[in-house]
Amino acid sequence: MDYAATTPVDPRVVKAMLPYFTKKFGNTMSLHSFGLEAKKALENSREIIANLMNASPEEVIFTSSATEANNQALKGIAFANRKKGKHIIVSKIEHHCILESARWLERQGFEVTYLPVDRYGLVDLGQLEDAIRKDTILVSIMHANNEIGTIEPIKEIGKICSKHGVYFHTDAAQSYGKIPIDVKKMNIDLLSASSHKMYGPKGAACLYIKKDVKIEPLLHGGGHEFGLRSSTVNVAAIVGFAKAAAICKKVMVKEAKRLTKLRDRLIKGCLKIENCHLNGHPTKRLPNNANFWFAFIEGESLVTELNRYGIAASTGSACSTESLEPSHVLLAIGLKPHEAHGSLRLSIGRWTEKKEIDYVLKVLPEAVERLRKISPYKKGW
Amino acid sequence: MELYYSKEIMKHFRNPKNLGKMKNPDAVGEAGNLLCGDVMRIYLKIKEKNGKKIISDIKGEVFGCVVAIANTSVLTTMVKGKSLEDAVKIDKMQLIEKLGGVKKIPPTKLHCSILAVDALREAIYNYYLKNKLKIPKELEQEHKRIQNVLKMIERRYKKYNLYNFGLK
Repeated sequence: MDYAATTPVDPRVVKAMLPYFTKKFGNTMSLHSFGLEAKKALENSREIIANLMNASPEEVIFTSSATEANNQALKGIAFANRKKGKHIIVSKIEHHCILESARWLERQGFEVTYLPVDRYGLVDLGQLEDAIRKDTILVSIMHANNEIGTIEPIKEIGKICSKHGVYFHTDAAQSYGKIPIDVKKMNIDLLSASSHKMYGPKGAACLYIKKDVKIEPLLHGGGHEFGLRSSTVNVAAIVGFAKAAAICKKVMVKEAKRLTKLRDRLIKGCLKIENCHLNGHPTKRLPNNANFWFAFIEGESLVTELNRYGIAASTGSACSTESLEPSHVLLAIGLKPHEAHGSLRLSIGRWTEKKEIDYVLKVLPEAVERLRKISPYKKGW
Repeated sequence: MELYYSKEIMKHFRNPKNLGKMKNPDAVGEAGNLLCGDVMRIYLKIKEKNGKKIISDIKGEVFGCVVAIANTSVLTTMVKGKSLEDAVKIDKMQLIEKLGGVKKIPPTKLHCSILAVDALREAIYNYYLKNKLKIPKELEQEHKRIQNVLKMIERRYKKYNLYNFGLK
């Protein structure tokens, strides 16, 4: 129930990767047949990855993580376009790697607008348009939120950005491979995607950079990835990423339908628990994400309690973080700190079955009840 | 199954002792943590024995994480049967030791032990106050500090109109 954190690698992906550790281990920069073999695998993978978002292969560079891709997007665009302007817009519910990159850019002299969201986590298009200034160079708004699963209107956002001549980046780490993405139809200039959220290995991700977008590399060196990301290429992981994308392409539509059904069963069942509330949008959400807050209890206790029943879940409670701050996403959608304290994210995936949903629905009320019994807060707090 | 917390903490989290509401307590104390927002409440029953005030029963309620729950539980087991004079001396290090020591508790969770001690001291303060007994100077200072923390949390959350602290 924590597929949004990471996913197991599909056995078919493992099988595709294995030869690239021992037999086809070449360096993509070598000119001999080992190198050429690796290079061929890399370019073949690039084509598959690009294809799933309707991009051209030469518009996709591989990175080690979505965090790196997001850092590359923000910092690379900022520094390449600083003569044009110094203003960047991001939403308040972006992943930490976007928000922290934005904060770092602020310290380098850039200006950042943090766009608020409504109670469902949706950005307001009018507000976005109002926030765009003459010196705005980049808008970065995620495709789907990692905590509450809300899917942003990125096609419309892309339209607004292109109208104003501003680059549009979207972090699609949670959505790529799960719901359809078309960078052309959606007017996307840059897009980050991750392998380990879609049954591929960790250590592979990518950044789509539309042709002619002005961007500076973060890593300088041997000129790999069209000069944008120097580093010896992690061929095995990328081959795995591509195999995972190929499988997703094949099953995506059917799987999204199946998961949506399971998700709605889960949501409906959970909302039967007294004082349980849904976080995020009822329909504009990832097929695999459900997020709730339970009054009177704390999320880390609840996650630990569920672990005892063999259920892996996650929470946005302050107690689960090093900073002891509740989730910035839950606060941005208007949850009060004590409400965010009792949040629970359940995310499902390829191997989730109906009987597992029903098992959660059976034990969750017991877990909630036990913690409520020992809480000083009851009704009417 | 891999566990994030030590055996001692999990033992108390899974089978907490003396947790829940108490009917007709002789004293109640509440404390909150400014950082994380956890809240703990302690109920006491007091009996006289050989001229000493003895804690004959104790219950705790907690709105908080695994470590906060474990702390409340372990505190109640340490306090039962103790005189108020002895109970008030219990400090966070004793709780931490009982839960496996500093090394077994994540650094960010060490404050949970303070919360438990604070709630107990507030309950003892409440007993002295209700029974018009002389309140030791140190306890008076502690009370002021704990109430300040509660006020700060209250102020922070005021706009939300919640966390109705104070004993009613």
